[in-house]
Amino acid sequence: MAFFPHLLLALLEGTVAAAVLALSALGLSLVFGVMRVVNVAHGEFFMLGAMLAWFVAKMAPGGPAVGFLAALIVAPLLVGALAFVTERLLLRRINYDPEATIVATIGLMFVIQQLALSVFGADAKAVPAPFSYRIALPWFGFSGYKLFVVVASVALLLGVWWVLAKTKLGLIMRVTQFDRETATAFGIPVNQVYSAVFVAGAALVAIAAVLIVPIQQAHYLMGLDPLLMSFIVVIIGGLGSIKGSVIAAVIIGLSDGVISIFFSPTLASIIATLAVALVLVFRPQGLFGVPAR
Amino acid sequence: MTARIVALHGAVIVALFLAQFVASDYAVLTITRIMVLAVYALGYNILFGYAGLLSLGHAMFFATGLYGAALGVTRLGMAAPEAFLFATFCGVIVSIVIGFVALRASGVAFMIVTLMFSQAAFLAVLYFGDITRGDEGIVIKDGQRMFPLFGVPMNLADPVLRYNIALAFLAVAIVLCLIAVRSKIGHVLVAIRENESRTAMLGYDVKRYKLIAFVLSGSFAAVSGAAYALLFAYAGSTLASIQYSIHPLLWTLLGGAATVLGPVLGTALMFLLVDFASGFTSASLLFVGVALILLVLFFPKGILGTLRQRYWRWLP
Repeated sequence: MAFFPHLLLALLEGTVAAAVLALSALGLSLVFGVMRVVNVAHGEFFMLGAMLAWFVAKMAPGGPAVGFLAALIVAPLLVGALAFVTERLLLRRINYDPEATIVATIGLMFVIQQLALSVFGADAKAVPAPFSYRIALPWFGFSGYKLFVVVASVALLLGVWWVLAKTKLGLIMRVTQFDRETATAFGIPVNQVYSAVFVAGAALVAIAAVLIVPIQQAHYLMGLDPLLMSFIVVIIGGLGSIKGSVIAAVIIGLSDGVISIFFSPTLASIIATLAVALVLVFRPQGLFGVPAR
Repeated sequence: MTARIVALHGAVIVALFLAQFVASDYAVLTITRIMVLAVYALGYNILFGYAGLLSLGHAMFFATGLYGAALGVTRLGMAAPEAFLFATFCGVIVSIVIGFVALRASGVAFMIVTLMFSQAAFLAVLYFGDITRGDEGIVIKDGQRMFPLFGVPMNLADPVLRYNIALAFLAVAIVLCLIAVRSKIGHVLVAIRENESRTAMLGYDVKRYKLIAFVLSGSFAAVSGAAYALLFAYAGSTLASIQYSIHPLLWTLLGGAATVLGPVLGTALMFLLVDFASGFTSASLLFVGVALILLVLFFPKGILGTLRQRYWRWLP
């Protein structure tokens, strides 16, 4: 392939990677933004979403499209329910202490991984895309579903932004984020807000997984990659800043796509990690973060 | 140093020395492994327990020691003691560089950054698979583990020698830890853990002390890794993976963070638990996960931490 089509393919793949990244980091960013805790089991929620998508697609009668739509409903509901239980039984009991939360969610990560291994087995599972339209470019064909993922993730990002910026629910979340005690004093049920945010974060990553799994494959160890990539994105963007996360996702996604195609995916990951180091050296709070108060 | 502290820690070391005469071959091997990895946990505890900095990337330093020693012996033609010193030196350098960058972040960002660096190191091990042999790992041949010491031939494949070398490492590590935490450095680190801004206000160079703790901790990990590679003749990429960053955290939490013997006890107990569990299930990670959750929920101070709180106030 000549250089230009090659670059075009790299940029297209990069755009898809950016959308995937932004989508999987969104939930983590939201949870950290409001609750100031890092959920290390975030990647496992992603994996569960993907596994459920595979399971539903296998069970559902009438083709991949039906399975896909069913999974879009079932996966976020079940993963959200698990997140609800986690929040109640784990995070609330340790009073959202940042360190204890990290340790506990690491534990949860291992537990979910092992259970997924025992229930679903160790083999990778392919999930068919809901439609198989290929866009015929002069040099190569490109999966229409991948572009659909880009569109869907833009829509989801806009939706979350709209909720946060324009609705009363978003206002309550932002108040809780700004100052937990003052929010309590003004009669905001902070505990319920935390519950809702944690569940919403998990549901979002489950939706992301259902969207993404036809491009990748479901596997019980697949959670680590989105977790680390989400970390990269939220650190570079600034912990808790959704705008920052999205911009960082675009930068990292595009460079990831280009480096992966021209060199190797492993090299792309190493470079992305080193980018985090550079950002921290020159701007410890991230590109769009505000220094801790 | 008060007499009972010396007595307690001395007794542990003596008990471990005597254990080799009564334990079965299998137990000797297991205790050797526990002692080598306890050095790793002891180092981890300096940073996590005393300085209050939770690193999720110590596998990187462990792997530096591991591959430094393994590559030193197999590729650079070093004898085992040279390779050990070389690996330790690499560990110190890597800890200084990484510490310098990672300590710019604090709190949650610090944990994430250490995790990411460690993952980059893990990926680098896979990426340079030609040299490191990736998953499959480097096996050090028996001939490469023999070296003369003051004219006496030493063979690291000998279980008794191996046991006593590991014990020597552990003893030195325990003594160094005791000295460090009871010195001014240890007190300043605890002060930083309890209230960083107050410590800074009192005129201590907080950054410098954190870096000291980080480098000490990373060097212990590298020493442990180097000893692991040389004593067990193997270096593989699984030993550089995230699990190996979580292990010392778990061991320290179980035994009791900020107690000198806690990490040693935690390492031993976790080994026994996993060993016991592997009799009827292969899902050892499940136990690690459940242990972490239960510890955080019900037992945040660990065994020795709780004992110190209730009975033995003098425990260092």
